[in-house]
Amino acid sequence: MTNLASTTDTPAAAVLTETDDGAARLHRNLFIAIAAVLVVAPFVAYPVFVMKVLCFALFALAFNLLLGYGGLLSFGHAAYFGMASYVSAYTAKNWGLTPELAILLGTAVAAVLGTVFGALAIRRQGIYFAMITLALAQMVFFFSLQTPRFTGGEDGIQAVPRGKLFGLVSLADDRVLYWLVAAIFMGGLLLIYRIIHSPFGQVCKAIRDNEPRAISLGYRANQYKLMVFVLSATLAGLAGATKAIVFQLASLTDVYWTMSGEVVLMTLVGGLGTVFGPIVGAIVIVAMQNYLATLGAWVTVVQGVVFVVCVLLFREGIVGVIAKAIKKPL
Amino acid sequence: MKLKAILATTALAALMASPALAQQISVKAGVLNDRSGLYADLSGEGSVIAARMAVEDFKAAEKGIKVEIVSADHQNKPDVGSTIARQWYDQDGVDLILDVPTSSVALAVSQITKEKNKILINSGAGTSDLTGKACSPNTIHWTYDTYALAQGTGGAMVKAGGDTWFFMTADYAFGHALERDTSAVVTKAGGKVLGTVRTPFPGTDFSSFLLQAQASKAKVIGLANAGGDLINSVKQASEFGITQGGQKLAGLLTFISDVHALGLQAAQGLVLTESFYWDRDDQTRAWSERFAKLNGGKKPSMVQAGVYSGLLHYLKAVEATKGKDAATVMAKMKEMPTEDPIFGKGSIRINGRKLHDMYLYEVKKPSESKGPWDYYKQIAVLSGEQAFQPLSESECPLVKK
Amino acid sequence: MFELLGIPPQALFGQVLLGLINGSFYAILSLGLAVIFGLLNIINFTHGAQYMMGAFVAWMCLNYLGINYWVALVLAPIIVGATGIAIERLLLKRIAHLDHLYGLLLTFGLALIIQGLFRNQYGSSGLPYAIPPQLAGGQNLGFMFLPNYRAWVIVASLVVCLGTWFLIEKTKLGAYLRAATENPTLTQAFGINVPLLVTLTYGFGVALAAFAGVLAAPIYSVNPNMGGDLIIVVFAVVVIGGMGSIMGAIVTGFSLGLIEGLTKVFYPEAAATVIFIIMVLVLLVKPAGLFGRPA
Repeated sequence: MTNLASTTDTPAAAVLTETDDGAARLHRNLFIAIAAVLVVAPFVAYPVFVMKVLCFALFALAFNLLLGYGGLLSFGHAAYFGMASYVSAYTAKNWGLTPELAILLGTAVAAVLGTVFGALAIRRQGIYFAMITLALAQMVFFFSLQTPRFTGGEDGIQAVPRGKLFGLVSLADDRVLYWLVAAIFMGGLLLIYRIIHSPFGQVCKAIRDNEPRAISLGYRANQYKLMVFVLSATLAGLAGATKAIVFQLASLTDVYWTMSGEVVLMTLVGGLGTVFGPIVGAIVIVAMQNYLATLGAWVTVVQGVVFVVCVLLFREGIVGVIAKAIKKPL
Repeated sequence: MKLKAILATTALAALMASPALAQQISVKAGVLNDRSGLYADLSGEGSVIAARMAVEDFKAAEKGIKVEIVSADHQNKPDVGSTIARQWYDQDGVDLILDVPTSSVALAVSQITKEKNKILINSGAGTSDLTGKACSPNTIHWTYDTYALAQGTGGAMVKAGGDTWFFMTADYAFGHALERDTSAVVTKAGGKVLGTVRTPFPGTDFSSFLLQAQASKAKVIGLANAGGDLINSVKQASEFGITQGGQKLAGLLTFISDVHALGLQAAQGLVLTESFYWDRDDQTRAWSERFAKLNGGKKPSMVQAGVYSGLLHYLKAVEATKGKDAATVMAKMKEMPTEDPIFGKGSIRINGRKLHDMYLYEVKKPSESKGPWDYYKQIAVLSGEQAFQPLSESECPLVKK
Repeated sequence: MFELLGIPPQALFGQVLLGLINGSFYAILSLGLAVIFGLLNIINFTHGAQYMMGAFVAWMCLNYLGINYWVALVLAPIIVGATGIAIERLLLKRIAHLDHLYGLLLTFGLALIIQGLFRNQYGSSGLPYAIPPQLAGGQNLGFMFLPNYRAWVIVASLVVCLGTWFLIEKTKLGAYLRAATENPTLTQAFGINVPLLVTLTYGFGVALAAFAGVLAAPIYSVNPNMGGDLIIVVFAVVVIGGMGSIMGAIVTGFSLGLIEGLTKVFYPEAAATVIFIIMVLVLLVKPAGLFGRPA
């Protein structure tokens, strides 16, 4: 089988399938800790930076849902992230939608796109799957480039109004907007956690680990795969749509293939197939990009080195290593 | 090494001078540009060097102004650029941002600068929207814009007899804008546009489009593209013998770094407009000589020269107003005429458009060139009034009509 | 029907020829990918960077050592191929037992590193590289002006592609290679040094990419990003072809170049997308690709 997370080299994933009460308790405490960090964060760190981390963390979580639990490596997740960000920016700016509606609409479009692309891509597996998702995403990129009426071409959609939440609360202040973003992130995280531990999630894992066996047990593997693909695309869309409101901007960067590469990197660094890994990965990578910005082209080199080192020596990722050390799934 | 020495001496001078002055103003300038991508050679570290030279030439320390320069790479991504700009303004106490090539990033940073009431002196970006419909009371657009390039290349070429045009346009908004502006100028000057082809962006092979351009028999082929697209199309035009066939190539957004990348063999005969060329007169030569020493022998681009000139003018305004309040300084900058050794005399309009002469150049043949970086011969000069968009046509809300 | 959208048949013929020339680059690159994929089961994401390295090595040969184009055409693939061998020995070997997707991720990281290093050293604007004097100028074919260099590109790439095909399908070495692809363990048991074969294959695939890079240097902009976008198109070519056969990669490469070339005449805006559209269509009808074996 060509399933990434199912190899014996990712013990984190293997450990995860064991359920025990200790793990559940640990996870509950971790959620409380994350919530606490979210409350304190805007007072300690720069809120815009924290919001950026949260958007990318949600994006990475969504990606990990597909790779870590569906066993499908998509190299085109930028398409859903970016398209949702365009739709959300466009509707907020040109239709005057309130931010929550703009984000919802963006997310919905990502879901539709995910359904269409997913149906095409799950026809193949492994490396082919990765390349097909990449090529499909590239089509979205060209579409975005060539419809400046909608996307603003290479200028992107600029000066997107943050607007008023439910038409009431102005989000112009970073601190106010932060709570919305934190709520969306927390909601997304809990949803993903729920999906993974639902019967649906269990079946997905079974398919990831041994597809023929799952099929022989009567599960329609392709339907499950499509479903997890759509869920992942939708949540990636939610992250992209939120990002558009935070930065008041949607641009080609969000749909370019390097964005798809970045989300793979975040997940890999944090820990494939771990619930909390992508969050850690997103923090590391976004912080790295932020603080290394003065280094110029070295950022790419450093990213590449991180990629290579992770693949060669550190396949469990940061959280995976911790999970192994404390012998509990994270 | 030399750079460090200079920095050390300025810092030392600042240290010694400071107690003597009652009022010390400290200014933090951020050079935000592309340090790793397509525009790294024409802006990048060179712009930072130019900014340091401005501080040095202004003798800021002696005048009681302490200037700190920070820099960052926006990777040509608007989201990266706007994050850095926000953080600089909110957290790091940056007072003004300089350079910012790539139109999308420039527009985003201009927006944030307005929101935070700071100052943006843009040198690297081309879009004339910065002083048009997206203009801001906090933004000055210094070096060039697409409108001026179109006036220079389009207008002057028609006057010189190049009255039939064929456009090869990179299929994205910026390419379309270049084509639209230039064809308007060409038609107005009495020329005719015979055809246009939209090339996929970014593109590698342009031979097919070049054949179409050749078949059109137009006297001038307008290249409404930039960076890698421009280099590929010029390189292949030379391969297909387009210029030998009597057709002229006009680069609508071409920098000296592009010509350097092409080499004269491929680039010869290319016509282009710039606002600065290092070999224009004694003053530009002297300045560029100093610059090149600090920049590994590379001569300055107009964008880097613009960063120098812009920061110099800003510092003059800070000195004159004895403060760094954005509104006051901006008012002073627009009120004072500009003057410096490299752009000469000029002024800044109400919409933030800086005016100076623009020059039409033709790239020399390899036989005409006396050495490295000896690339251009001047064909025509346009005054600032001729080159830049008249205020009466401006869509900028700051312009009262 | 002869004058389609105002394009006379002669001009059309010229465009077909140009399309084929572009297709030669797709063919060499997808061939390299196919050779590597066949034995290593790795999608070599570094391929674009190695293509770029080929062009840069040619430039370095000329500017630092005064070595001309013709020598560089042989030398650059050897040098870049050697770096490929080093990559295989030092890095890829270590993850050979893992899921093949890790190979994709590793080579993606390597591509970032290589591109970043070249960008630091040489900037992004590109470097000049002239057409070799022997091939300057061109022939007037009546319907078009064909630069000599383009003619050379198509000849050189055809020779290399067919040579590779011959090597793999018709020689003893090729037979070992095909055997190792089918069943490495059994082949090893017959006393054939499979790990060495794997290393050499990767080196050879990389050398093909570098060869394409040298071919491209005089006509395309030599800059660190030259392979980055191209590689995505080549991936699509590979998906369409199906990577089942060497000939498949060659034929698909040339024909997609041709289709892209024609699109440039009739609907230039779509020229960048047409390959991806074809890819989707092919996937709908034949998920394994045109020449691929069903999984």
